[in-house]
Amino acid sequence: MKNTLRTSFLSISRNEALARGIAAQFVMLSDPTVEELSDIRTAVSEAVTNAIVHGYGYSQGEVKLDLEAEEGLITVVVEDFGRGIEDVELARRPFFTSAPESERAGLGFAVMEAFMDSVEIISSPGKGTRIIMKKRLSPNA
Amino acid sequence: MQGDTPLTQNTHRSERPAFNKEVFDLQITLCSEGSRLTAFLSGELDQFSAERARDELDAALSDGRITRIEFDLGGVTFMDSSGIGVILGRYRRMMERGGSMSVMNAKGGVERLLRLSGVYTLCTERSSK
Repeated sequence: MKNTLRTSFLSISRNEALARGIAAQFVMLSDPTVEELSDIRTAVSEAVTNAIVHGYGYSQGEVKLDLEAEEGLITVVVEDFGRGIEDVELARRPFFTSAPESERAGLGFAVMEAFMDSVEIISSPGKGTRIIMKKRLSPNA
Repeated sequence: MQGDTPLTQNTHRSERPAFNKEVFDLQITLCSEGSRLTAFLSGELDQFSAERARDELDAALSDGRITRIEFDLGGVTFMDSSGIGVILGRYRRMMERGGSMSVMNAKGGVERLLRLSGVYTLCTERSSK
């Protein structure tokens, strides 16, 4: 059975908790393990933080969070229409941060990659960033 | 006094739905003892709450006698890399004054995130209680 949920919210920090809460509720319908649920919540939080901090630089814009579940495969898409990423490969590198002054750890993409099965980043400078993450849930025997 | 309407109904109308502050909001309790500052954190540590954590920790660390910071993350229900940023930033401050850091009691996803980020490799064990 396939299920989808499409949401859109403003890029305010308070909405990070809202976004990962929505994602968790959605994923719960697919009977995840505690660890899988925790992994997805963390990855969503990282992607949404990226949109708010890097995409919009704390200014206000729209963040989209689209969720899909099909046969135990969870797909999360987080999209912003902010400044985009100049060098995606550099941004993926652990401990690289474009905002060292604000004490970012530079681990956002590394965490998404560690906690999800796949992470695809599509970005155009000046247009925005789309992060597509997938995770297959273990079947409940 | 209220006729048929029970008094409790009015009370319910002004009640706020349970937004469980203790689960969602970050709580910070700081205890300093000599050169050691212990930070007991609970709730959710993300980019939103990281700023307050940073401010409160740095206010306590303005006491230059503190050379050891201990993070007790036993009550942390959620943390992402913004939390790692908070810990690494305070670690740097300790290093600047030749001090040390430890991180204790993390569970579940918080524990895995700490391992992944290499935070534990920066920690030193407490030599005495």
